Amino acid sequence: MDNQQKLQQAFTVALGVQPDAVTDSLQYNTIPEWDSTAHMILIAELENVFDVMLDTDDIIDMSSVKQAKVILQKYDINFA
Amino acid sequence: MTIAEDYQSALNALLDEPVYGLSQSEKKTRLQSVFALLHQHHSQHCTPYHNMFRQPVSHNTPLEQLPFMAVRLFKLFALKSVPDNDVVKCLMSSGTSGQVPSRIFLDSLTSRMQSKALVKILQQFLGKQRLPMLIIDSPDVKGADGKLNARAAGIQGLAMFGRDHTYALNPDMTLNSDAISAFCQRYQDQPVLVFGFTFMVWQHFVSALKTSGITVHLPHAHLFHSGGWKKLEAQKVSNETFKQQLLAVAGISAVTNFYGMAEQVGSVFMECEQGMLHAPVTAEVLIRNPYDLSLVKTGECGLIQVLSTLPYSYPGYSILTEDRGTVHGVDDCMCGRSGTYFTVQGRLPKVEVRGCSDTSSSMGSGA
Repeated sequence: MDNQQKLQQAFTVALGVQPDAVTDSLQYNTIPEWDSTAHMILIAELENVFDVMLDTDDIIDMSSVKQAKVILQKYDINFA
Repeated sequence: MTIAEDYQSALNALLDEPVYGLSQSEKKTRLQSVFALLHQHHSQHCTPYHNMFRQPVSHNTPLEQLPFMAVRLFKLFALKSVPDNDVVKCLMSSGTSGQVPSRIFLDSLTSRMQSKALVKILQQFLGKQRLPMLIIDSPDVKGADGKLNARAAGIQGLAMFGRDHTYALNPDMTLNSDAISAFCQRYQDQPVLVFGFTFMVWQHFVSALKTSGITVHLPHAHLFHSGGWKKLEAQKVSNETFKQQLLAVAGISAVTNFYGMAEQVGSVFMECEQGMLHAPVTAEVLIRNPYDLSLVKTGECGLIQVLSTLPYSYPGYSILTEDRGTVHGVDDCMCGRSGTYFTVQGRLPKVEVRGCSDTSSSMGSGA
């Protein structure tokens, strides 16, 4: 599985949404499934999947799927 | 630019400032600009607010002349300043049990800014890293109906600073000894975060540990607690006793109290090494005489008014609480933080309402 697929799966599992809902433009707090509670589940899932430790700034900045990629790139997780 | 855009850019600029670094005069100027925008916004979008506060407010209006709203109005009315469609969350706070809860309506902007402001403040005490977290509460605290109670919201706010979140209590509020022991074993040699509401920590952790025989040893833990001392005052438990006992039963020496309210989530007043609560860059505190609501002098006790730059979706930027407090000074706390520092003396005593049976005998004798 490449990083893009891993990311999509992490969002799907953590938020309980369909895979095709996970697009770059999907934003935090714009769908009921991605609320503040789900956000913490998502953070834990991303940490597990990519084996990284995200800090509190990352949590606040992760406002969209697109932004999640930008943040993960700081930890050398690259998306083609 | 629209008011909303002006507000967001002013607030973001404020959040980029050091949390306890601005001099009071600089901070006042900055706060006044934000509050003038908030006043305009709430006047235009919240009819009850507009009807209550018709006075003009500009960026020159001193903080003490801003309108303020009694906290109980949020129990009596559904106050909001954004369209219903924009509300993403409704926060419920019961205050004292048995009363009508406050309802605080949050839109995406306010909710985001609350988290951002809270993170900025707590990073001053915890750094940016997230620590294994022991929560002194039961996992059942989360309501299932989408309406967030204040306790769950508080835990959720702090949960951002944690990882491997572990609840220390069972649903019946007894100690979950398996969970606690596993947590201690795993993390006793490294920094951890412990959070709970003051009374819960005392009653269901400190006191319960004493009688349970469970050994907790978390020498590198930092415990944060909030929620008021009202119930502990009745048991004659001081801040000092609280800290001593935590050290005795759990080996926890770093203990930080903070003051904040569900009506102004994100604006928290953290206790410093000197035992003083500090206003962060996004908030201010004023103390008023409970009888005529005039400002009292530094060092005098009165009613606490809290000002926060965060409430946009509901008109709660300036609230007169039912708590008593004392401002001790500005910019000159021994801990080195700038801004206003104060202590809280507890809730305003309730006027005693005598029951019908008490009054009936005297009425009877007079009849």
